[in-house]
Amino acid sequence: MTATAELMDYSDVVARFDPVLGLEVHVELSTATKMFCGCANVFGGEPNTRVCPTCLGLPGSLPAVNGRAVESAIRIGLALNCQIAEWCRFARKNYFYPDMPKNFQTSQYDEPIAFDGYLDVVLEDGEIFRVGIERAHMEEDTGKSLHVGGATGRIHGAEHSLLDYNRAGVPLIEIVTKPITGAGERAPEVARAYVTALRDLLRALDVSDVRMDQGSLRCDANVSLMPKGAEVFGTRSETKNVNSLRSVERAVRYEMCRQGAVLTAGGTVVQETRHFDEATGSTSSGRRKETAEDYRYFPEPDLVPIAPAREWVEELRTTLPELPWERRRRAKEEWGLSDAELRDLVNAGALELVAETVEAGAAPGEARSWWVSYLAQQANVRGVELGDLEITPVQVARVTALVAEGSLTNKLARQVVDGVLDGEGEPDEVVEKRGLKVVSDDSALLTAIDEALAANADVADKIRSGKVAAAGAIVGAVMKATKGQADAKRVRELVLQRCGQS
Amino acid sequence: MGDLTRLTAAELAAKVHAREVTAVEVAQAHLDRIAAVDGRVHAFLHVDHEGALASARAVDEALDAGQAPASPLAGVPLALKDVFTTRDMPTTCGSKMLEGWVPPYDATVTRRLREAGVVILGKTNMDEFAMGSSTENSAYGPTRNPWDLDRIPGGSGGGSSAALAAFEAPLAIGTDTGGSIRQPGAVTGTVGAKPTYGGVSRYGLVAFSSSLDQGGPCGRTVLDTALLHEVIAGYDPLDSTSIDAPVPPVVAAAREGAAGDLAGVRVGVVREFAGEGYQPGVLAAFHAAVEQLRALGAEVVEVSCPNFTYALPAYYLIAPSECSSNLARFDAMRYGLRVGDDGSRSAEEVMALTREAGFGPEVKRRIMIGTYALSSGYYDAYYGQAQKVRTLISRDFAAAFERVDVLVSPTTPTTAFRIGERADDPMAMYLSDLCTIPSNLAGNASMSVPCGLAEEDGLPVGLQIMAPAMQDHRMYRVAAAYEVARDAGAGRLSDRVPEVGA
Repeated sequence: MTATAELMDYSDVVARFDPVLGLEVHVELSTATKMFCGCANVFGGEPNTRVCPTCLGLPGSLPAVNGRAVESAIRIGLALNCQIAEWCRFARKNYFYPDMPKNFQTSQYDEPIAFDGYLDVVLEDGEIFRVGIERAHMEEDTGKSLHVGGATGRIHGAEHSLLDYNRAGVPLIEIVTKPITGAGERAPEVARAYVTALRDLLRALDVSDVRMDQGSLRCDANVSLMPKGAEVFGTRSETKNVNSLRSVERAVRYEMCRQGAVLTAGGTVVQETRHFDEATGSTSSGRRKETAEDYRYFPEPDLVPIAPAREWVEELRTTLPELPWERRRRAKEEWGLSDAELRDLVNAGALELVAETVEAGAAPGEARSWWVSYLAQQANVRGVELGDLEITPVQVARVTALVAEGSLTNKLARQVVDGVLDGEGEPDEVVEKRGLKVVSDDSALLTAIDEALAANADVADKIRSGKVAAAGAIVGAVMKATKGQADAKRVRELVLQRCGQS
Repeated sequence: MGDLTRLTAAELAAKVHAREVTAVEVAQAHLDRIAAVDGRVHAFLHVDHEGALASARAVDEALDAGQAPASPLAGVPLALKDVFTTRDMPTTCGSKMLEGWVPPYDATVTRRLREAGVVILGKTNMDEFAMGSSTENSAYGPTRNPWDLDRIPGGSGGGSSAALAAFEAPLAIGTDTGGSIRQPGAVTGTVGAKPTYGGVSRYGLVAFSSSLDQGGPCGRTVLDTALLHEVIAGYDPLDSTSIDAPVPPVVAAAREGAAGDLAGVRVGVVREFAGEGYQPGVLAAFHAAVEQLRALGAEVVEVSCPNFTYALPAYYLIAPSECSSNLARFDAMRYGLRVGDDGSRSAEEVMALTREAGFGPEVKRRIMIGTYALSSGYYDAYYGQAQKVRTLISRDFAAAFERVDVLVSPTTPTTAFRIGERADDPMAMYLSDLCTIPSNLAGNASMSVPCGLAEEDGLPVGLQIMAPAMQDHRMYRVAAAYEVARDAGAGRLSDRVPEVGA
């Protein structure tokens, strides 16, 4: 589409400019039904099967508010340290787009249900950065457009578009930060840490499945630069639908470098929507906002105001789960972690996973080791987030149990985990199917050992004469003969026994 | 058997329930009448012969099987305004935009009628999307007033009022956003009630102005209207603005009123609704009606509602604003008219061409006014200000209802005007609703009952009776008492309509 933009070196950007961020995160709630009708709220499905007159916006249809969605919105607000409105309304945001059935979105405008809060996020070095929360409001999702025939799947160049309204009317909470200033060179890191913390929080609240890859958590990043020391914010760009935590950081960093180059060359940043390209890590110009869009907001006359009783709000406050940062503090104490160990765990996005693995019966050390080393490595290889690996904490706990009882060696355990990741079933099924059980039958081992001793008579003699270190060669031969399914430690014991050295 | 079409709904129901006639005979008589006169009146956009006879047959079968009537109106035919969705009939709202559209669902009003055994004859003509006071804005040609075929039957529900006056149906359903039930009732010598806002579900009523629209009953007598009111009213969880409270006892009130005693009832005459712009014959008939109420024992006082003067301008900001948003969904994407989709045009172009071709001039005028009024920078001055006027009008009502039980005024300043007379003068047309609009803005109950003929043209005049919210029964009591007194000498006013085409 557009030619590659000029980019300024990142260190030059942060030397000359102060970045200002504004993050808008859309969260799809995992309520059973949609925001304003009784249709099932489930990801995907045959196009246009989860629809009714209301979410299709048919003439005459009316919305009715999903009480669960309001409850979730309030709990999110409370967890974000927000005020909860005593009285608020929905509003109509009017604009034409084919995937929006009514050509207005039922949203909230100047009366959000939650406002004025904050979220403390932990950066990599343990520093706490407080991100102000402007508001969290309720709205409905749109349908999806599939543009067919274009090179990029975007509307430009497409031959035609297909519309799927299954997603239309899915409950959304939009969480908007206050302008994030003062992050300086750490702005991209702050952006990522904020979205990560928000994701962890929403997961702990159990209000959304927070899958960035499926769009149930979507982030729009507003970025602007102002000369160092300036107080007036620069013109911002808005990068849409940044679909992974890593992309949040990359998109912010890219925009800073792009805008830095534009400004330094004496140009002006265009206020526009930009698209992030995962493959190249760059953003490209989308819809221009030359004139600010006029959404002609007005209070939604088809719905009555929402006035959550204070008693209800307080009751909901008592249902808040242990918040992630509190859990972190507790994990550190209970698992006896150093600051660095905790940080590694958090940075790997593994804290919750480890906690759940421990809850499922694994020893904290074992659980932690699995998630931050082998599984983190597998996530990297497979190009997914750690939490999106096809293995559950309960399954990891089962693998550690099999190791602890001696049924698996660590090496075999990794093969079992591979099997689970590859969709071969539960750990026990993988053990069964792949035949990975440790050969723990001493007589079988002794046969193999005797064969190895016979085949390596010189080595056997050495051992018998007290050169215990030579046993390694026999152990190796036995392991080879048993295709690695023996417990090497036990083999060694038996070899020494056989040679009269124990 | 006599002419079944001249009977009231209550009389017809009694005969059907007593098995003196069958519901099929009643339906057939009205279908025959429609076949005979509707070519000249054009009250109906769609007549459902088969459906009507089938539902009449179902009523007969149930009664023959010894079952109790499904409702006091089981077996009585009805004309349904073409703004309510019907699964088995097109719903066009008088617009080319929805020509031939058969909704996949029934409106709550439609469903309640069916469940009550009311026989729906067909769908009646209306000003496009209920915008107008003459039914001249229908895309399918005007409806004519049975009292004088050169004159308008009122609007937007002119099809429903004309069907009643021409004896094509004994009952009809209308909707009233600014007077669309009451003004047609007034100019055709029929009864029409706008229930308290929220009294009748709006689910399936194609929205013009959501905060003002209210479906309601129409009949030739007060009792018939009350009987229909109780069939269609009541809480509906599908309409968030519907009132979760018992339906006001309007039938009991109509029966009580028919005893002819209004002793102890305080009636307030709205001072602001008289004088310049009012036809002398209308004022004379109105004053005679007020004297009649006094003679029935009512205590009559004059009441000032100073802010009613601002009701018309406030209405013409609020209603168009809401309509500009409500009608945005007609975009050719999912249903209804589609123009210019020849493979060369974008969705946006097809939308624009379709809306250009599909909407008539009055609808476009209001969409433009509303779009403007909601625009950023104008919202406070127009929509915001109009909402403040709305509050003031509600306060005028509240103050008045502290002194009196009901308020009265002429329903509309003139009798039926000639077709074409005001077509090019929107402002003159808008004045038709001068007296009816305050009750829409405040949401209270209001009805029109015929109060004689104007001396200068011999055309019907309407008496408007307004009651506080959820006190709908008060106006029925007064209307029923007045009706008995009015007909005591001259016989039923509705019977004095000339034979159509005679």
